[in-house]
Amino acid sequence: MDIFVVGLSHKTAPVSIRETVAFAPEHIGTALAQLKQIPCIAEVVVVSTCNRVEIYAAADQGAQGIEAVRGFLARYHNLDAEQLNKHLYAHQGDAAVRHMFRVAASLDSMVIGEPQILGQIKDAYAYAVEHQSVGLIMNRFLHKAFSVAKRVRTETNIAGNAVSVAFAAVELARKIFDTIEGKTVMLLGAGEMCELAARHFVNNGVKEVLVANRTFARAEALAQEFCGRAVLFNNFADHLHQVDIVLSSTGATNFIIHPEEVQQALRQRKQKPMFFIDIAVPRDIDPRVNNVGNVYLYDVDDLQGVVSANIDERQKEAVAAEAIIEQELLQFNSWVNSLEVVPTIVALRQKMERMRRREVEKTLGQIKNLDEQGRKAVEAMSQALVNKILHQPTAGLKRAQKDAAAQPYVDALQELFELKIEPPEQGEMKQMDLD
Amino acid sequence: MSILLYKVALLMYAAVTLLSLVAVVRNRKNDRSRSRLFLLLAFGVHTITLTVRYFEAGYTPVTNLHESLSFFAWALAGVFMLIDLQMRMQVMAAVTSTIVTVFMLFGSLMPMQTQDLNPALDSFWLPVHVGLAFMGNAVFTVAFVAAILYLIQERMLKSKKFSALHYRLPSLETLDRVNYRCLKFGFPLMTMGIISGAVWAESAWGTYWSWDPKESWALITWFLYAALLHGRLTVGWRGRRAAIFAIIGFCFLLFTFLGVNLLLPGLHSYSTMAG
Repeated sequence: MDIFVVGLSHKTAPVSIRETVAFAPEHIGTALAQLKQIPCIAEVVVVSTCNRVEIYAAADQGAQGIEAVRGFLARYHNLDAEQLNKHLYAHQGDAAVRHMFRVAASLDSMVIGEPQILGQIKDAYAYAVEHQSVGLIMNRFLHKAFSVAKRVRTETNIAGNAVSVAFAAVELARKIFDTIEGKTVMLLGAGEMCELAARHFVNNGVKEVLVANRTFARAEALAQEFCGRAVLFNNFADHLHQVDIVLSSTGATNFIIHPEEVQQALRQRKQKPMFFIDIAVPRDIDPRVNNVGNVYLYDVDDLQGVVSANIDERQKEAVAAEAIIEQELLQFNSWVNSLEVVPTIVALRQKMERMRRREVEKTLGQIKNLDEQGRKAVEAMSQALVNKILHQPTAGLKRAQKDAAAQPYVDALQELFELKIEPPEQGEMKQMDLD
Repeated sequence: MSILLYKVALLMYAAVTLLSLVAVVRNRKNDRSRSRLFLLLAFGVHTITLTVRYFEAGYTPVTNLHESLSFFAWALAGVFMLIDLQMRMQVMAAVTSTIVTVFMLFGSLMPMQTQDLNPALDSFWLPVHVGLAFMGNAVFTVAFVAAILYLIQERMLKSKKFSALHYRLPSLETLDRVNYRCLKFGFPLMTMGIISGAVWAESAWGTYWSWDPKESWALITWFLYAALLHGRLTVGWRGRRAAIFAIIGFCFLLFTFLGVNLLLPGLHSYSTMAG
């Protein structure tokens, strides 16, 4: 049984193609039903997001399955097959498994480490389960992909650092204060950007929000939303010493916060650190404020710089993630291989043949006066016996493989007849079955 | 026997240093817990070393430079593990275990044999005075490490240029709190260390204070830390200034411990290399 994938993603197709090939949720059922009709395909899952459309399947012959799915995609969407094929990629065997693991672990995403993709694959799997298009192999495959993604997430820092400006601000605050919980935030100006950043802070446990805006009514409305309080814009400097974090995005053309006010506030709050975030363009806060001790000032460009540094950091973590994926790939392969019955049948036959030969030689050695014809008869009889004995179990094993239910038989045969089968490694197989 | 154990402990600390550095670089949870476990094991072996030496020598083994370094390293490892229970900071673990290993290595270069106890030291006050002083030193060493890390992290946050260390270091507030907490515990220990020394001096030599170099330098160090504590409590010294103070304080402390012994002759000079 081969696992393969056919699909396209943001890396191979522009959005104009992606949107024509995408499957809306209500159409996935139909697509799965049609794919199941294709004779060589045993199990299938359709993943469709705005950045990728991929069909994962198990088939007797991978190459045949790939061609069938390519044809299906063109037919289903009424596209020119040749045109479409330019954007499609196809992998089978190891490459397909690796591809799925990388996608699930968000290594193939536009923004590496973004978490949505795993949820989208889980949805795709749920559809497939609902439409009964998955069996033993795909079940195991998808669950493995989920666990690989989880391992990557916990063992590497791939999703660790913020890649949006608002989140970056929250993370910086975490490097200044040991926790954001219980801190006080002041919003200067009530712009959208400010509101978004404030919401991130509130979600991370900020205790109190003060809002100052030139239109007091707007300040009050926003304050209500955050269960905070509004203060008069002209008096905001008087409240500076009460707040730990200042988010500023007013439309002012001149600086509204200067080092003098900040120094004053700091004295009042016994030098407890302050974090100023200036999202306004033109800037609201005099850059010299950053030179005041225990004060940290970040403007939009600074935050953008942090974001790109974080993206670099994620790239580095991706290297560790790839190593995890290779490791898991080996494990999964050994499980897939264990489903194969042929090596077991071959080993069983060889063992029987060795026994037969030994016994025939022993018998012929004991009966001295047997002529050529007699010898041949003994030989033929023993061969027939072995073939008869092995015929039914062999057929049974092959049948079981078709239903993907051969593993218990394979295990039993290997155990009872003490068969030695080269790869896959037995130890890893056993371990896999436990998880 | 205790010398052999000492060497084992030294090697184990070296292994801990290596493991914790790996844990910082790779930033994986397994590495972190392994380095922690190894530190605990190394500390256990070191504790046995000190106990064995206590019975071999028949006195608390803090009478020469080798023994003092060993005890200092032991106290540092112990104090760090206590702090680490509350706030897990891998980078601190790496730096602290490096310092412990350096002390141990330095200690292994000193003459290590036990010798007959100098009669002047044969007193109940020996373990009390030295124990308190070194506990205080150990706590201040942790404060020193936190202060260095604070300055690194602060520099990155101010300049907005981040190295990989930024992601691995704790927050400024956390580092500052370690600094403060160490000061709160270290200062009383140091004070009691000095007082117990004075009381011992009175009973041994008939005078509380004789201005020998160790005493003078200890007093200077004490004043530094007293100033820092005062600044923190009254005017809210914190952050960068407190970190710089903790670093200067540690330099004085190290000089009081090592420099005075090696460079300046005085009443405490039995604890030099010759023993």
